[in-house]
Amino acid sequence: MSAFSDPRWSEALSHLPDYLGSHGRVSLAALALGLLLSLPLSILTRHRPWLRGGLLGFASIVQTVPGLALLALFYPLLLVLASLSLRWFGFGFSAFGFLPAMLALALYSMLPVLRNTLTGLANVDGDLLQAAQAVGMTPRQSLFSVELPLAMPVIMAGIRTAAVWVIGTATLSTPIGQTSLGNYIFAGLQTQNWVFVLFGCAAAAALTIIVDQLLALIETGLRRRSRLRIAFGGVGVALLVAATLWPTLATRQSASYTVGAKTFAEQYVLSALITDRLRERGLSATTREGLGSNLVFNALASGDIDLYVDYSGTLWANQFHHTNIPPRQQMLEQLKVELAQQHITLAGELGFENAYALVMPRRRAEALGIHSIADLAAHSGTMSIAGDYEFFSRPEWAAIRNSYGLQFRAERQMQPDFMYAAVASGEVDVIAGYTSDGLIAKYDLVALDDPRHAIPPYDAVLLLSPKREHDTALRDAIAPLIGKIDIAAMREANLRAAGSASPTDVARWLSERISGEKPKQ
Amino acid sequence: MAIGTSDPLPISFMHVSRSFGGNLRPVRAVDDVSLDVANGEFLAIVGASGSGKTTLLRLVNRLIEADSGTITVQGEDVRGVDPISLRRRIGYVFQNGGLFPHMSVAANIGITPRLEGAAERDITAQVNELMALVRLNPAEHGNRLPQELSGGQRQRVGVARALAARPRIVLMDEPFGALDPLTRDALGDDYRALHRRLGLTTVMITHDMTEAILLADRIAVMRDGRLVAVGTPSEVSATSDAYVSELLGTPRRQAERLSLLFAGTGVT
Repeated sequence: MSAFSDPRWSEALSHLPDYLGSHGRVSLAALALGLLLSLPLSILTRHRPWLRGGLLGFASIVQTVPGLALLALFYPLLLVLASLSLRWFGFGFSAFGFLPAMLALALYSMLPVLRNTLTGLANVDGDLLQAAQAVGMTPRQSLFSVELPLAMPVIMAGIRTAAVWVIGTATLSTPIGQTSLGNYIFAGLQTQNWVFVLFGCAAAAALTIIVDQLLALIETGLRRRSRLRIAFGGVGVALLVAATLWPTLATRQSASYTVGAKTFAEQYVLSALITDRLRERGLSATTREGLGSNLVFNALASGDIDLYVDYSGTLWANQFHHTNIPPRQQMLEQLKVELAQQHITLAGELGFENAYALVMPRRRAEALGIHSIADLAAHSGTMSIAGDYEFFSRPEWAAIRNSYGLQFRAERQMQPDFMYAAVASGEVDVIAGYTSDGLIAKYDLVALDDPRHAIPPYDAVLLLSPKREHDTALRDAIAPLIGKIDIAAMREANLRAAGSASPTDVARWLSERISGEKPKQ
Repeated sequence: MAIGTSDPLPISFMHVSRSFGGNLRPVRAVDDVSLDVANGEFLAIVGASGSGKTTLLRLVNRLIEADSGTITVQGEDVRGVDPISLRRRIGYVFQNGGLFPHMSVAANIGITPRLEGAAERDITAQVNELMALVRLNPAEHGNRLPQELSGGQRQRVGVARALAARPRIVLMDEPFGALDPLTRDALGDDYRALHRRLGLTTVMITHDMTEAILLADRIAVMRDGRLVAVGTPSEVSATSDAYVSELLGTPRRQAERLSLLFAGTGVT
């Protein structure tokens, strides 16, 4: 069996038109906007050293912000702007996906274009500027028919750098809801699907290299005044843009339902399950995967996604900032009320709980006589703990730490799927794992008891966006899922997803299992 | 020489000064120069590097503005004339051609009429006529880029471009300085013939004293921004000023040494 007969390759390939098209669209729009801003700005400021310095300084600072952070910052910024616009002008806009990604990437593209345009214009031979004046050109004519054409090769080199940066960085726009080639990479990382990761990297690299080479052809064409090269490069870029955009533009059916998913395997499986269910009912649906915890809730509240699965304890502590921990049913009832105030519907519990739990190897726990978090407290000073990217900044962690007096030697953030292997191999001593994760059994780990109930219950619940409040078709479609997924089923599904099966395959398996059919192995 | 009678003077400088280098240590590039250029005259400005020749020339079409004094072109004070239209009616030839490297020879020559909004057909006809005038072949050279031409050919293009707007006045900044002696000689003679045929008024800067004496009707000598002598070659040669006679004597001394050398080796 060759490595390419793996069915994941063909699954990856089936996503390519959508991912590549979205990637191309957002990169192209960002680059166009970046050029539209940078070119006039550099022309206007070229004879004003103060403004020029300020502008270059600003662009340099933007450049030092990591791409992921820049993209993430634009989401809350636009959210505020959108609500202000709604209040003042009576219309809002979606702060999710395309717009924040395009704006952040456009900012990212500005530095090389600004710098090269200014350098290119400053390096035009002074004698030629004199000649342009002497033949009777106005400053404007001199700019457009002498200075810009002569600076063009240098400007083009800047555009080329910007294009490469934008296409590369666009892979990071997946977490703020913009579909891109990064979807392969993020999904692949979460579900340990290395075929996806490789495929995504290769596709992004290929796109970057092709664009770079075509723009290089135009650049040398301008430098050597070869119309042939410019024409070839230009036609190549046009063909590439058409090839990237055509499949999605031609077959663009806007799906009526968007199912959100956070950044871990369970969420990928559940969103695939829900999407399948909606499609079976004849409703068109699509998924938006790899969204951050807070972002996904805001996206639901503002109607950018229609539904997703969240966990009661997460909503309780993170969205509504409660510090008390009521009993399970009471928490659910109160959440329903509070969500309803925002017109968000809690459609029901799926039937399992995915709680945070402090997890360590069974043998080590037994050797040290640790059964509960209270027992762990005495050892924590010599131990290290690992959690996912958000755990240590979540209120639950503060609650656990305070009620048991935990003081770990070190706290490390990790990719969730690597944590279990890390704790099993002794790389870290304890992890903040998830109770629904199948890897706990696989690595012979144990989840420690929480006698003081510092960790809230985390029932998986289906949330519907305000605009779906009265959508009976949607409710009917998802009703068969409510209360049907027990913890054993979810654990096994998660274990399968962590193996070689894709979330789509696991979702199909899970669907068969909960509908009572005998799942095929 | 057809010096005009009632026509206003093409160019006149009256007590013109211009300094560079800020207020702390200003350098007077042009220092109280008064000079009239007559209709149809061919005036050569000579002087060492840094004597203010180029500044004086550029004051005429306002590439440089005067600090004080008055410059008139065809009777009008240049300060009252729009610099763009002023430049479009005065031809200007640069030392190294000053051709736009991204434009074809034909596009370079036709630039000023195009800026004036002339019809493309008229521009093409005029470019062909001008190329013939400076002995270039429109079919052969018109579509080439400047860097594909020889130095002499580029300078011919520069002259054609300066003449494209049918100016009465042509300013030349060491137009033939970078050329080999044979080319320089041929181009100088050709231009002198054009000057006469088209009834131009020409002001030419040159380093080459022989060129000045052979081509110009009058020679103006500059030193440290001041005009130290003006007159026909023979008038200027007869001056009592030591610097001027040293400068003007150079071609004669060279000619004498050459003839001695040639006599000694039997070359006649």
